[in-house]
Amino acid sequence: MSHKVIVPIGPYHPLQEEPEFFRLYVEGEKVVDIDIVIGYMHRGIEELSEHKHFDQVPFLVERICGICSTSHPFAYVNAMEDLAKIEVPERALFIRTIIAEMERLHSHLLWLGLAGHFIGYNTVWMWSWRYREPVLDMFEMITGNRNHYAMMKIGGVRRDIRDEDMPILRKTLDDLVPAVDMFKGAVMDDPVIQARLKGIGVLSKKQAIDWCVVGPTARGSGVDIDLRRDDPYGAYDRVEWKVIVEKDGDIFAKTIVRILEMYESIKIIRQCLDKMKPGSIDANVKDIPPGEGIGRVEAPRGECFHYVKSDGTNRPVRHKVRAPSYMNVASNKIAAVGGTISDAAITLAAVDPCYCCTERLIVLDKTTDKKIMNGWNLIELSQAKTEKLKKSLGQG
Amino acid sequence: MSAVDMIKERLKDKITDWSEHSPRRTYASIKPQDLKEIANILFKELQLRFVIASGQDTPEGLEILYHFSFDKTGEIISLRVLIKDKKKPEIDSLAPLFPAAEWIEREMWELLGINFIGHPNLKHLLLSEEWPEGKHPLRHEHES
Repeated sequence: MSHKVIVPIGPYHPLQEEPEFFRLYVEGEKVVDIDIVIGYMHRGIEELSEHKHFDQVPFLVERICGICSTSHPFAYVNAMEDLAKIEVPERALFIRTIIAEMERLHSHLLWLGLAGHFIGYNTVWMWSWRYREPVLDMFEMITGNRNHYAMMKIGGVRRDIRDEDMPILRKTLDDLVPAVDMFKGAVMDDPVIQARLKGIGVLSKKQAIDWCVVGPTARGSGVDIDLRRDDPYGAYDRVEWKVIVEKDGDIFAKTIVRILEMYESIKIIRQCLDKMKPGSIDANVKDIPPGEGIGRVEAPRGECFHYVKSDGTNRPVRHKVRAPSYMNVASNKIAAVGGTISDAAITLAAVDPCYCCTERLIVLDKTTDKKIMNGWNLIELSQAKTEKLKKSLGQG
Repeated sequence: MSAVDMIKERLKDKITDWSEHSPRRTYASIKPQDLKEIANILFKELQLRFVIASGQDTPEGLEILYHFSFDKTGEIISLRVLIKDKKKPEIDSLAPLFPAAEWIEREMWELLGINFIGHPNLKHLLLSEEWPEGKHPLRHEHES
């Protein structure tokens, strides 16, 4: 007679960066059912947004996610520009595209490292994050911040990319290509990685369609969707690139999709740098008329969807946010069931889950006053690093 | 063929109001009792992808927009449904048609207090199990 045993993972667990709770029902080694409990980080961003000025909302939604922080403001400004029918200057579209693709690079490298870590392959983790670091440095050079770049505004971008920064960005991309080559080789040829990822956590094409998953999770299951091609925004209709689709639906396929997408991102950024012409970066939007708007962005994890309704005042009356993980995490119910407990960790991580996004919430650090560091110390540290970086780049 | 043309051809008499906001964004108002049938045709027959639903408390009633994406042309078709009875709002659940609707219906149930008839697992998603009954964070106090 078989016994069903519950193995709880979370809400607080050394493996996970964010609190979430998976209740695995197992019979022996086999996972027979799973219960996903979320909500530990609900911040009520949609409600908060209704109390902010239209121009303040990008800063709020930027804080929904710490990894793909530009996807939410990008989708929001797309929604606002759809609502008010705003024409955005071409240079701003190119800059938005460059920022979004740099974000995909750093996000995919982050996932690759974590995936390596989850299957006990810490070398991949260390290497992957080592190559992610120069991408973050580029963000700091262009936007002043390693994360939360605050580049998006309704009608344009808030900062230009300076001519003198472009060769440095190009060189960083050139240096990244051999690193991606190395990862491609390491994943495709390594028998251990293949044994751990092939045929594991399979989501068939039909299941992917029924659960409406998006991004690399869908493309790894043979569903050929990518908003950058299907519903072009930014400057994606002005550059050449291709959508990566794999058929197998297992974790290996999702990994390959993410690795190959990094090449495409590098291609897109290079073309944007080539095609950018000097010009205005802001349409100087004054008023937002009443109406409704929908904006979408292909975030590193998939489709990020924003719906905004305006009644003619200076605040949204309704702002709906749907992050990609909202659809992808739910599909774990299919992918993890039938596998073994040891595969559950990597299967649950394979959709590149982002719970902050799923719940639109924030983690408040309410420790005692005896903090070793306060906010100001962090700013000082960050400024010191910017200075050091500038000096090393000869811009002191 | 665009999604708008397909839907116009297939569901002409079911749509009470069209609003083509821009080439790829269309809003279509329907009656609440037709929702399940139309959603089934959109998802299974015309193969649109369910993106999400967004509920809103308006002075006229509770409005739900069901956003569907047609990825071949990049269009979004948003079905607009108005539930007039705010005291006991009810509508058919779409979760039995496609599991992707399961979470968002749970979210709208707890945040707006809409009962989804036929939902397989209507319980809290974001809020705690101890959340007081009858309190819905996204409901507004409208002056009547």
